[in-house]
Amino acid sequence: MWDYSDKVREHFFNPRNSGPLDGANGTGDFGSIKCGDALRLMLRVNPETEVIDDARFQTFGCGSAIASSSALTEIIKGKTLDEALRVSNQDIADYLDGLPPEKMHCSVMGREALQAAVADYRGESWKDDHEEGELICKCFAIDTVMIEDTVRANSLRTIEEVANYTKAGGGCSACHEKIEDILIAVNGRLYAREVKPTRAPVASSGTPDMPKLTNYQRIRRIEETLEEIRPLLQREHGDVTLVEIDGRNIYVELSGACQGCAMQAATLGGVQQKLSETLGELVQVLPIAPLVRA
Amino acid sequence: MQPIYMDNNATTACDPAVVAAMLPYFTEQFGNASSIHSFGSRVGKALKEARGQVQSLLGAAHDSEIVFNSCGTEADATAILSALKANPERRTVITTTVEHPAILSLCQWLEKEDCVVHRLRVDGKGRLDLDEYASLLNDRVAIVSAMWANNETGTLFPVEEMAEMAHAQGIPFHTDAVQAVGKVAIDLKKTKIDMLSLSGHKLHAPKGIGVLYVRRNTRFRPLLRGGHQERGRRAGTENSASIVGLGVACGLAQQYMREENTTVKRLRDRLERGILGSVRNAFVNGDTLYRLPNTTSIAFEYVEGEGILLLLNQQGIAASSGSACTSGSLEPSHVLRAMAIPYTAAHGTIRFSLSRYNTAQEVEQVIAAVPPVIAKLRKLSPYWSGDAPLARPEEAFRPDYA
Ligand SMILES: Cc1ncc(COP(=O)(O)O)c(C=O)c1O
Ligand code: FES
Repeated sequence: MWDYSDKVREHFFNPRNSGPLDGANGTGDFGSIKCGDALRLMLRVNPETEVIDDARFQTFGCGSAIASSSALTEIIKGKTLDEALRVSNQDIADYLDGLPPEKMHCSVMGREALQAAVADYRGESWKDDHEEGELICKCFAIDTVMIEDTVRANSLRTIEEVANYTKAGGGCSACHEKIEDILIAVNGRLYAREVKPTRAPVASSGTPDMPKLTNYQRIRRIEETLEEIRPLLQREHGDVTLVEIDGRNIYVELSGACQGCAMQAATLGGVQQKLSETLGELVQVLPIAPLVRA
Repeated sequence: MQPIYMDNNATTACDPAVVAAMLPYFTEQFGNASSIHSFGSRVGKALKEARGQVQSLLGAAHDSEIVFNSCGTEADATAILSALKANPERRTVITTTVEHPAILSLCQWLEKEDCVVHRLRVDGKGRLDLDEYASLLNDRVAIVSAMWANNETGTLFPVEEMAEMAHAQGIPFHTDAVQAVGKVAIDLKKTKIDMLSLSGHKLHAPKGIGVLYVRRNTRFRPLLRGGHQERGRRAGTENSASIVGLGVACGLAQQYMREENTTVKRLRDRLERGILGSVRNAFVNGDTLYRLPNTTSIAFEYVEGEGILLLLNQQGIAASSGSACTSGSLEPSHVLRAMAIPYTAAHGTIRFSLSRYNTAQEVEQVIAAVPPVIAKLRKLSPYWSGDAPLARPEEAFRPDYA
């Protein structure tokens, strides 16, 4: 069974604000085709102030879908519509102390239903532009659609390029066969991987073929590695900066879209994997909260 | 409250007699069966006895037809890859849409390796169309592989008849009998089945031990080459403790076969009727006339299975869900999809699979526990209102999907 946080379980066992809402003036129905889950979000909005006076949900879906719906209603009650629209799916996941990568779409579904409900209240038509595919890379929570689109748009040929553009495949490498399949499907063939001078493999501490770094070299290497990763994050309007190195613990600040983006946990995981590999030691990458929270 | 385990198609508890028989093979009987000295030869004797016990449960003609390996998945892969290697000019595999991933994922990969795979379809009750099957048998087919019993619904396929049909065309026949062995009487020497897979942990033996039965004179190519273990058909030092355990488990299965088909079956039937009698908009998936005695797959419409499992688990009841939302993949079960079960029902499908360890009292407890769980989730469901589904629920709630 999934490794759900206590908060997810609690919201599943005791969902807040479930059931039909009398006097609702904005309703959003939204589902995730990938797993068949769906929810109806109902809002009662004060027309004078645009404050959400009440919000309720009905959900056909798994434990985390119900918990995400419950969390969403708790988060948005009392907010104005504009404030509510700034709630990201990561805010929903954070409220629940995180969701497993396979279940992040439950929070996405909640956010989309919210947009639909607000559009309904405002009498606007709303078209969702979000597409989901099979989850390919668990380390970075990247799905087929994202990889295919990026491969096409940038004429990518190799797994290394896919990892550079999407992060998919840049962690444990267990998803490489599936990424190769996507490359073949899009390109009609598999291009040979670039042969790079081999780096030392992931080392447990004290591997003989990994010379011990001086402190200076170590810091340089951490900086260089982060510089390599930054363009990927910047492409998604995010960024990472090094704040402090304390033994095994490396503190970074995620900013822009990364901070609170759907992939924050995965991004940190990926950065950590990469640093551990280039340093040849196990390190822990920890986020430092930026001073102002968006 | 004592936990209630009704997920025996996922895995079973080791029988205490199995554990007791295994223990010496971790301590004083640690020898390698291939060694000449007495440490080894005692183990060798124990393996021979276990082989005989498996042979007896399967009704195999010779004990040399039993090849021990690591699991059901390995047995399935060995059978199919062996047939393809042994008949390189034949590149077609016939299987079914409802096999275990051990077969289906392999076949998907074989298609990339330029094999042709025919997956036989099933009807709404999970039954095959034998005319379709007959029409596909020809001299390009390297192997037919069809499961004896389906793990999700318990539906049985007529594998003995299918084996005859394949045999008449000179095509080898394999069956994944992982769910059938120990629950269905099997007498292989009277059939035309060439290869059969079984897995220890489904019949009260440990996990990580399996068998591929290979009929004498079947053309065979090993998956693993190396030492001469298993007559060179599966190299690697034998997992002696688990083999001994599997032998004992097979002996017990033979002894309990009747009970499995009378007592356990009655418990399953009582459970099914009890639940259907008190929960509306619920039905049984699969071929109820022709299925395993221990399994029932019940669809509860308009709710989702994971929620049911979490709430049952809170009360100490273990079952499993037909929406694979719980199993690491998010797709609804491929078995229920193949049967064209509507997704509002497939998602709410729960499999209860019993064993000889379940009691009548446990069954009554589950019958009492299920209705409030379903009612609680239906109260949250957008398809439901009060005590009943909305009129035309699929029209009343039609979300946009992404
Ligand atoms: C029908 C069927 N085939 C194969 C397997 C795989 O067996 P194992 O877990 O021993 O690899 C299972 C069990 O999950 C099964 O139910
Ligand atoms: S799953 Fe993609 S790198 Fe780990």
